[in-house]
Amino acid sequence: MSIIAGLRRYAEVNGDIKTKLLSQNKVTVEDVNGQRYLGCALDSGKTIEIHGTAGNDLACYLNGGKILLYGNGQDAVGNTMGGGQIIIHGHSGDALGYGMRDGEIYIRDNVCCRGGIHMKEFRSMKPVLVIGQNAGSFLGEYMAGGTIILLGLNMKRGEKLFGTHCASGMHGGKIYVRGAFPKENLSPNIKISSLTDEDKKELDKYVKNYCKYFGQDYEAVMSKPFKKLTPVTSRPYANLYTSN
Amino acid sequence: MAVNYIPRRFTVIRDKNLCIDCGCCVRQCSNECHFFDGDGKTVVSDSENCVACHRCVDLCPTRALRIEKYVCDYRENANWTPQYQQEICRQAETGGVLLSGMGTPKPYPIYWDKILLNASQVTNPSIDPLREPMEIRTILGRKPEKITVEKKGKSTVEMPPQVIIETPIMFSAMSFGSISLNAQKSLAMAAKNLGTLFNTGEGGLHPDLKEYTDCAIVQVASGRFGVHKEYLNNSRFVEIKIGQGAKPGIGGHLPGEKVNVEVSNARMIPEGSDAISPAPHHDIYSIEDLRQLIWSIKQATDNKKPVSVKIAAVHNVAAIASGCVRAGADIVVIDGFRGGTGAAPTRIRDNVGIPIELALAAADQRLRDEGIRSRISLVAAGSFRCSADIVKAIALGADACYCASAPLIAMGCHMCQTCNTGKCNWGIATQRPELTKRLNPEIMHLRVENLINAWNHEIKEIMGGMGINSVDSLRGNRLMLRGIGLSEKELEILGIMHAGE
Repeated sequence: MSIIAGLRRYAEVNGDIKTKLLSQNKVTVEDVNGQRYLGCALDSGKTIEIHGTAGNDLACYLNGGKILLYGNGQDAVGNTMGGGQIIIHGHSGDALGYGMRDGEIYIRDNVCCRGGIHMKEFRSMKPVLVIGQNAGSFLGEYMAGGTIILLGLNMKRGEKLFGTHCASGMHGGKIYVRGAFPKENLSPNIKISSLTDEDKKELDKYVKNYCKYFGQDYEAVMSKPFKKLTPVTSRPYANLYTSN
Repeated sequence: MAVNYIPRRFTVIRDKNLCIDCGCCVRQCSNECHFFDGDGKTVVSDSENCVACHRCVDLCPTRALRIEKYVCDYRENANWTPQYQQEICRQAETGGVLLSGMGTPKPYPIYWDKILLNASQVTNPSIDPLREPMEIRTILGRKPEKITVEKKGKSTVEMPPQVIIETPIMFSAMSFGSISLNAQKSLAMAAKNLGTLFNTGEGGLHPDLKEYTDCAIVQVASGRFGVHKEYLNNSRFVEIKIGQGAKPGIGGHLPGEKVNVEVSNARMIPEGSDAISPAPHHDIYSIEDLRQLIWSIKQATDNKKPVSVKIAAVHNVAAIASGCVRAGADIVVIDGFRGGTGAAPTRIRDNVGIPIELALAAADQRLRDEGIRSRISLVAAGSFRCSADIVKAIALGADACYCASAPLIAMGCHMCQTCNTGKCNWGIATQRPELTKRLNPEIMHLRVENLINAWNHEIKEIMGGMGINSVDSLRGNRLMLRGIGLSEKELEILGIMHAGE
């Protein structure tokens, strides 16, 4: 039996979800209308399937669990997530994957500002963010690790792959972009390069996942060339200060 | 030869009659001021890099060393002081933003020194804390707006999570990275034994400190370093760092040189990479957004942990504090501009923010005026030098105080203000193994405990003198305070009368 969120308060809905997950590994929530914190700190082995519009901080501190969202996400999806998987059949708001340290996020459509801000990696933890359409300004701001893949599918005429100040303050990780992209929107100290064989292997894996989750044609997606964006230095502010 | 535009600051004076050339100072100085002469036997000094940390002075077995201020006069000028001239030269040389350690050394007014405490005479007898019970136990957390009781007198109100500390003194946030693990461990051990709390700062919790999670405040800053479900739940309360008194409006930046393997483990970032916590949390652009983060933490901790919000004392601090309370913070921390830091841009440290005394008084008054003061706990931070400062802060409205510089001084800090260089000879603000091993937590936690125990006793003594036997009766009790040499405006903001009134 699924949980009906309707117009109930988030605390109630989340309470119901937590109770159900004590005895089962998967919960379906329907008629979601912007309830916040769904899937907050969800542990490994647990899955929440959400229908409707999930509210802010969906899957914050995600702890290895899996979130399937049939609808759009709002702001701060996957905030400070430590692992797991988020698949959104729709678009997402600002600050997607803020400070995410591990796990995977797949967005079928576009994302707003500051996607992948503060993404970081640690040893075997390598977060991945796959965006089907395009991204707003400040994509990958302060990015310190992990991978963002920007596919640029179904873009309307005149739309750009990413907004201004892309990769501002980026000092780690990489962004793969497909097709034409607005170089003028890139921040200084970002290097554009071709993909190595290793990069291609990594890209392949996540693009395949994307196509599988959203029913896209893998060959068609891969028909356009990809480029890799990386920071020129891992210490962009190394010479900023002088000891007084 | 390159011109050195800046004269040195200090001179190391070595009494050759006392020096036995043992080389202790040579081994101790990370600034390499002492070395063996060409003969390999005679110890000599080059004062150029001396920061007056006194490590060599304090460890010299024959007391042969002394540090003196190096005097090199410029032509008298009240405007272009030597300091400004030297700072210009430093920037002309490097093009860098000036960076300093510890709190501002500028002679701004210190209101603690202009506030006098009361004592009882004849009418209301004073209390002797050696003989009579004296309560300084403090309870932090959100309090219900009203209490309802069932017939037998039992409360039917569900109490939000509370944190009980045995003294109104806690240790403020200092991350592992800005200070050494040994320094953090000393504070953790002291906190455990004293029944109070230490604060991990924004650097995550090192696995070695797992046994101290019962007395740990864990911080969530904009970089979200080391923040995960377990971290949030392994704590007494969770603190959202919005600002820091020493550098309001400025974030944290731990340079890659300090991110060694241990720091990288705690922060969960690769070794050698910069750890940047910018000033804004990019999920907080408003009080409503702050509410969102507060409640996300409460969701992740099943409402079991109080959440505090730490803000820097800035011009509108009272209104901001009110917003924090309304956003759902259980504890609001206000950090005054004299507070310490591992590193802050000099200009920010010396020019931005307001003193904690005024900020605390204004915020407490505002919350009382709005009828929401009793909902939350108010913690003051930003340079408490002695127990009297703490008593005055509580009387101005604080529930508890955060101290950091004082316990660091107990551990050996000499306020040389060069924490940012990472060369701390006392093993506090450094990650170099040869320096951090100088600080033995087994000894240092005792020194910190001694300090706080002494302060606790002094607080009890001062309270006893006022005829007050519980810290709850001192809180916000501004009648116990009188100003000395303050203007009417200052008295008005502090909400106290002038001495003699």
